[in-house]
Amino acid sequence: MQLRNISKSFGTVLANDHVWLDIYRGEILALLGENGSGKTTLMNMLSGIYFPDEGQIFVDGKEVVIRSPKDALSLGIGMIHQHFKLVDVFTAVENIVLGLNEPGRLDMAAVSKKVCDICDAYGFEVDPAQKIYNMSVSQKQTVEIVKVLYRGADILILDEPTAVLTPQETDKLFAVLRNMRDAGKAIVIITHKMHEVEDLSDRVAVLRHGQFVGDMITAQTNAAEMTSMMIGHSVTLNIERTEPIDPKPRVEVRDLTVCSVDGVLKLDGVSFTANAGEILGVAGISGCGQKELLEAIAGLQTVEHGSICYVEDGGTRDELVGRDPLSIAAKGVSLSFVPEDRLGMGLVGSMDLTDNMMLRSYRRGRSPFVDRRTPRRLAEAVVSELSVNTPGVNTPVRRLSGGNVQKVLVGREISSDPTVLLTAYAVRGLDINASYTIYELLNRQKERGVAVIYVGEDLDVLLELCDRILVLCGGKVSGIVDGRKTDKRQVGMMMTRLAGDTDA
Amino acid sequence: MFDFVSFIPRAVVQGIPLLFGATGETLTEKSGNLNLGIPGVMYVGAISGVIGAFFYEQSADGALHAFPAIAIPLLCCLLGSLLMGLIYCFLTVSLRANQNVTGLAMATFGVGFGNFFGGSLIRLTGSEVPSIALSATSAYFSKSLPFASDLGWFGTIFLSYGFMAYLAVVLALAASFLLRRTRTGLHLRAVGESPATADAAGISTTRYKYGATCVGSMIAGLGGLYYVMDYASGVWSNNAFGDRGWLAIALVIFTIWRPNVGVLASILFGGLYILYLYIPTGTNLAIKELYKMLPYIVTIIVLIIVSARNQKENQPPESLGLAYFREER
Repeated sequence: MQLRNISKSFGTVLANDHVWLDIYRGEILALLGENGSGKTTLMNMLSGIYFPDEGQIFVDGKEVVIRSPKDALSLGIGMIHQHFKLVDVFTAVENIVLGLNEPGRLDMAAVSKKVCDICDAYGFEVDPAQKIYNMSVSQKQTVEIVKVLYRGADILILDEPTAVLTPQETDKLFAVLRNMRDAGKAIVIITHKMHEVEDLSDRVAVLRHGQFVGDMITAQTNAAEMTSMMIGHSVTLNIERTEPIDPKPRVEVRDLTVCSVDGVLKLDGVSFTANAGEILGVAGISGCGQKELLEAIAGLQTVEHGSICYVEDGGTRDELVGRDPLSIAAKGVSLSFVPEDRLGMGLVGSMDLTDNMMLRSYRRGRSPFVDRRTPRRLAEAVVSELSVNTPGVNTPVRRLSGGNVQKVLVGREISSDPTVLLTAYAVRGLDINASYTIYELLNRQKERGVAVIYVGEDLDVLLELCDRILVLCGGKVSGIVDGRKTDKRQVGMMMTRLAGDTDA
Repeated sequence: MFDFVSFIPRAVVQGIPLLFGATGETLTEKSGNLNLGIPGVMYVGAISGVIGAFFYEQSADGALHAFPAIAIPLLCCLLGSLLMGLIYCFLTVSLRANQNVTGLAMATFGVGFGNFFGGSLIRLTGSEVPSIALSATSAYFSKSLPFASDLGWFGTIFLSYGFMAYLAVVLALAASFLLRRTRTGLHLRAVGESPATADAAGISTTRYKYGATCVGSMIAGLGGLYYVMDYASGVWSNNAFGDRGWLAIALVIFTIWRPNVGVLASILFGGLYILYLYIPTGTNLAIKELYKMLPYIVTIIVLIIVSARNQKENQPPESLGLAYFREER
């Protein structure tokens, strides 16, 4: 299978820029790249979810057009997404035959037998009659893979399949994938975990900023080379960075462990101290526990064990674990998390700017009626200070563009005079100017003596903005480095668990 | 001693309209459409049948033939309720209007529609009483097997009904088979549970939602027709159908979305609905209304038990009441 000059853009963002890629049968190809480098977009075009803006796709030497997942499947291309598409109350078999229009009666016994045959051939373990809601994440994933195989796929694409698996489950999955490779199937695995690439793949292709950087035989390269291909060269951004004034501990996190609802370990013994008057960056590949970390501090996550201490100026210490979000917020801990869909947390899309400002302040005051004047003034202030592009403060937030929504969110959090400011992906999707406004805001907070914890995606920014950088990898701290003394390469290595020199 | 031989047939004839309604509504809900307009649909089904029968009786002038006397009301009823189903689908599936609001509006609309045309027909006949009697047509609908009355209590309990009563049972069992054993049923359930999954599997959610809702409405409409033509012996009077449509929706919940359970459950509901007639002092008007609440109370109890047991299979379809829009994440 060959991809030639594939391009795809979303609005003004070029997600894939003339990508060339070859996929061979009987081989496991690892597609490597940073967050947002266009790996998933590229594979979605193969599986028929997106349609490329330009370029050609060849399967077995013949040019093909893939318009829908159905087209893809008829060419033998099957994709296993990160989010499973399964009906919970159905059994494994029912999910597997769903949507197939084989002639004849629906004979569950025959289907079950065929499913078992596939499982035996590659070493899967599936109970055909088990209901999906009784399954673990890895069992669900297995059902997804069997579903694709049942439809006769021989080119398999797995989008970050190990993100939700335990190490044992990962090993099992890899064993199955090797079996399938040996049976002559082509397998593409999207990942940004270096050790998985080394462990599993035969060949590795690297994408950066939507462009194809190169591909190599895995055996002939090493992790360091792949990392530098993945992150590219450093860019100088010229973000003003002041020296921290009188840093003293504000939040101390000790041995924090958090599990997700599915029981997957999200944070594993994380310890660090965030100082007042300092920006602490959090780097890491997406899904390494950044979200859980911030939510745990803000009181939105159930903590398995460990402690989070809030240290007052006078030195009094307060345990935050086990408190409700309201009382934590009252301490001055403010969370502005910008999720992927931007509106998901913190803002209500159909409410206008004033009302969204009020979400933070409506408890104040004694009168049974809410005070609308103060939030209105605040909304106006945010609009003018951050130059939010809006018809007025009475516009529903949903109508604003993404960047403006973020300004409103961050503006509101900052206006609440926090002592600890937690931000995640504050500049996600923003243009350069808007991003600089946000950096400027964060710097001003730092000067005010706020402990800022900044979770970011862009390493260049983290290195220029933050005083110290906490690097997370798979829920563990792989090190805390000084933002002034380190370079992109070192942080990139730590993100993929290579070097681990801690100098906190 | 409680008179079962006379109680059960009366419970059954009460239950049959509910069974039609519940079977139709179950099919609809399995596609994820919560059609609260079922009371309206049943009204429209009934009045459409009455209109058809009325004009046939007028034109035939007393000389009715068996086949058209049955086929014309039946077709009119199916057509009327199909239109209701189409309106509902167009609003909720194509335009993605809120299902609850649309359903309630359809319920009110259907009742008004029925009463309006019922009233017009009554005007046309110029009769003294506010009702239309279509006894000639009704005779065909309520005809039971000729030897039923010779078989004693067995005949009374099992064979004393018109053909539509048996049709209701057959449809309920067929719907149950469709949902559990066929590919179509599997796809339909997938659409109701998780339309995104169904969509990804190449199933047209729109087509299944339209199909299930329209067929469901037609089945429910038959319940209205049965009520007028068989139960009420062909007499249409405004508002006589009462709250049976809501009872049908309650029955869907009571049977935890299983049409085959509905066959017996509808008889239970019918029995509870007329229990007051068989209980001393039950003719007291106030107490009668209290007894009429029984089916709803039983439904609430079932709801409590089902949610306490918290079994996934017994829950309503997961995306029930939600519109599906592919690009929304």
